[in-house]
Amino acid sequence: MNSIVLLLILSVYLAVLFFIAHWAEKKENGKWSNNPYIYSLSLAVYCTAWTYYGSIGVAADNGLSYLPIYLGPIIIAPSWILILKKIIRISRVNKISSIADFISLRYGNSRFLGAIVTVICLSGIIPYIALQLKAISETFHVVTKTATSSNILDDTTTYVAVALALFASYYGTRYVDASEKRKGIVTAVAMESILKLVFFVIIGIYVTYFVFDGFNDIYEKASLLKNFKEKNTIGGLPQAINWFLLCVLSMFAIFLLPRQFHVSVIENNRENHINTAVWLFPLYLLIFNIFVYPIAWGGNILFAGKEVNSDAYSLLIPQLFNNKTLTVLVFLGGFSAAISMIVVSSIGLSTMITNNVLIPYNLIGKLKGSDQTISSRKILNSRKIGIFSLIILSYFIYRFFGLDYSLVSIGLVAFVIIAQLGPAFFGALFWRRGSRLGAVYSIIVGFIICIYTLLIPYSIGITNSESTFISNGLFGFHLLKPFQLFGLDYLQPVPHALFWSLLFNVITYFSVSVSFKGNYRERNYAEMFVDISKYITNHENAFIWKGTAYRNDIEKVLVRFLGEERTNRAMNIFNVKYNIDINQELADARLIKFSENLLTGHIGTASARILISSVVKEEKISLPEVLKILEESKENIIINKKLTETSNELKEITAKLQNANLSLMVKDKQKDEFLDTITHELRTPITAIRAASEILHDDDEIPEELKKQFLQNIISESDRLNRLIDKILDLEKFETGKQTINATKSNLIETIENSMEPLKQLIKNKGVTIYLESKSKVNAYYDEDRIFQVMTNLLANSIKFCPEKEGVIIIKVEDIEDYIQTSVHDNGKGINDNDHEAIFEKFYQSVNQNIKKPVGSGLGLAICKQIIEYHKGKIWVQPSVKGACVVFTLPKNKNLEN
Amino acid sequence: MKKILIVDDEPNIVMSLEYTFKKHNYEVFIARDGQEALDILKNNFPDVIILDVMMPMVDGYATLEQIKKDQNLKHTKVIFLSAKNKESDIEKGLALGADCYLTKPFSIKKVVEQVAELLN
Repeated sequence: MNSIVLLLILSVYLAVLFFIAHWAEKKENGKWSNNPYIYSLSLAVYCTAWTYYGSIGVAADNGLSYLPIYLGPIIIAPSWILILKKIIRISRVNKISSIADFISLRYGNSRFLGAIVTVICLSGIIPYIALQLKAISETFHVVTKTATSSNILDDTTTYVAVALALFASYYGTRYVDASEKRKGIVTAVAMESILKLVFFVIIGIYVTYFVFDGFNDIYEKASLLKNFKEKNTIGGLPQAINWFLLCVLSMFAIFLLPRQFHVSVIENNRENHINTAVWLFPLYLLIFNIFVYPIAWGGNILFAGKEVNSDAYSLLIPQLFNNKTLTVLVFLGGFSAAISMIVVSSIGLSTMITNNVLIPYNLIGKLKGSDQTISSRKILNSRKIGIFSLIILSYFIYRFFGLDYSLVSIGLVAFVIIAQLGPAFFGALFWRRGSRLGAVYSIIVGFIICIYTLLIPYSIGITNSESTFISNGLFGFHLLKPFQLFGLDYLQPVPHALFWSLLFNVITYFSVSVSFKGNYRERNYAEMFVDISKYITNHENAFIWKGTAYRNDIEKVLVRFLGEERTNRAMNIFNVKYNIDINQELADARLIKFSENLLTGHIGTASARILISSVVKEEKISLPEVLKILEESKENIIINKKLTETSNELKEITAKLQNANLSLMVKDKQKDEFLDTITHELRTPITAIRAASEILHDDDEIPEELKKQFLQNIISESDRLNRLIDKILDLEKFETGKQTINATKSNLIETIENSMEPLKQLIKNKGVTIYLESKSKVNAYYDEDRIFQVMTNLLANSIKFCPEKEGVIIIKVEDIEDYIQTSVHDNGKGINDNDHEAIFEKFYQSVNQNIKKPVGSGLGLAICKQIIEYHKGKIWVQPSVKGACVVFTLPKNKNLEN
Repeated sequence: MKKILIVDDEPNIVMSLEYTFKKHNYEVFIARDGQEALDILKNNFPDVIILDVMMPMVDGYATLEQIKKDQNLKHTKVIFLSAKNKESDIEKGLALGADCYLTKPFSIKKVVEQVAELLN
């Protein structure tokens, strides 16, 4: 195929990707960019050109050993629900923007550790990026059937590299805060993940079903080739151990590779996206791997005996059958795999370089003096330059160091180097005692062993020097042979290097951490990392800090980096969150941590610490003191738990309020009914008066006797009306608290006898006998007029319900402890058990039975109850007695009243 | 001579009504509550019944329901006379089959006119 045409296709393809990125970036809160599928697919940035081409090469040349690289992530993926969630939480609350930040923060904002992690990542990943460029270049030449040119300007990869560098530096640095999400890039990466998978599956189906006759056909033909059997068995225990170590290696890689950390942690929008990734990502890898084998062995069959690069089988097979479209599709798939890796890796690395090396070691002094716009621009520019130079540097590595090793081996070397971060990283998550020194030394020791067992021998291989280092070991010591260290001779170079480096790495991490305890800051962060779920909502509380700091000074620093507006907004949020007075001058630990967080996204954890420390005066805290405070904060957590309980109680109270509201509504309805009843009660006498008056007015012939009767009716109905109004006013006085009680010490018996006086005629008419059982004098503390009213009322009720001629009422007055108890017991029909409490409600009878006319006003007992309760006494209906028995108590002495 | 039954638990109101209707040549029956009214209606079939609503024992609504079941009283007119004067009360009374609903306090003249009108 013509180079120009392919170049055109490439340009169009890149333009489409840029467009997707641009579109996703523009869309605010788009469903498209913020969903679990985009997130899961972006994780497939794991599958680089090495996966796309390299695993076919490995499968063709070495058989099954390509598998562990995918098995590791598949096996470990379920653990994301716990581990990745934890990492994401820690990173989110601390505004972490890279794995270097993550490790550096945990070990006490260590600037040095951040820098080491950055160096490790750079040394592993830059050759890896170079490798991707190499893959683009080589496949381009395969597709166009051209030879590599020594002229830079003739090399397509030059332009690709520049285009990618521009793209990544533009979309990767949209925000100064590096912990912000980059929707555009992530969406583009997810699209590329779909494309590379689809194109790979297409070529797989093509080879399996069009070139050959299905899997069985390939198997039958391939099994005739030599070495087929050896390549396709695991081959005993040593091979199994190699396999196992490679699985472990890829498990580390899926967490620690800067690009994986970036897409899975920094770009995570929601924790629950993990739930989708847990199944979708392994599924993605499985689908990818279905066709690796058929393509590899299909290639072996088709190109048996010929000298071709097995890495390029997926391109060479369609080319062999002159299928240009398919060749270009496969090329684009590989291209996608390469560039998504390049873009994401360079963004991650450049953030590390600026935030963990450049700013803390150099720029910070210069940034301190400048204002917000300038410092933001400086930071962004340094990131842009970082991304740009990383890609260009990788390009030169690819150009000038032949990179003769296959795609796979350089990828694996990068994995082993990155795996050196493992102990410090996972220790940060689970082990409180891991210390900064332990982390520093473990990484250095591991890296040195990597250099010795991998990098040096590989460099020797690249330079083709005649060194005996590999065959005889350092200074001729056989035990020091780099590929067979200490006589371990059955492991392949990569698992071998991994084994020794990790072994020493872990030992160093543990032994140094245990021997040299970390300082208080490390211990503090250890707590916050390990127990992140406890601190997730108010982690500032877990930060321990002592000293003097002024809010003013801190705000000035913040303004310099965030600008006036954002600083004010952040401060307001902080004040509200922790209920802090705006005028407070001194800053506390929470504000220190809060401010460090605000800065972290911009300049990294170490620099944030340095900046804030420069304006505050911190006092050293001893480790035991920190442990004590941590213990206390644990108690705080218990208090928090109690708060949760309280909030549950609040919920209950809310429910109760709702009920109360409901009963208020019922009360409201009762009030309406009360009014209804009152109007009815008032209208009845008025009706009688009006009717009688009308007759007297209109009828002149009315006999004198009847006339008198009508006039008598008018008088008695008027009195009734007046009494009713009095009672309503009485009740209203009690209910609104206007009624006063003039209590004095008086003889209750006298009052009771007096109360019978106005009822005399009624008693006589109905033939009721009244007995008063008591001593002749019983003193109590009460308002005579009111109790007179109560007694009249109770007696009138009893008389009303007594049977004609046989009525008996017994009044009993007893002395019970501090109270005088009076009961009025009649031999009437009694009170229904259900009504014992209700009869004391206003218009009870009419309200409850609605239609039934109240006997009397319906207010009498309600008023009695009010009066008795005003005296601090009680009134109730005595249950299970024959007839009705109402009982009330009055205090004997004054003090009880209060 | 037309027959009228007055059902109310307020003796003074009944007294005025009784006097007036007697004067207008009605044969007047008196009941103090619904039960008494129903007892009277077993043997007497008045042309018109004046019925209070709020009464002890059997109220006006229940009384009317019973009256409506009695074939002998098919042609008897019923007037509610009640202090319950809300729109909903009146609707309920008419829905039960009363011919007329008058509210208390009332003009005796109007009641007499209303009764006369119903009977024509």
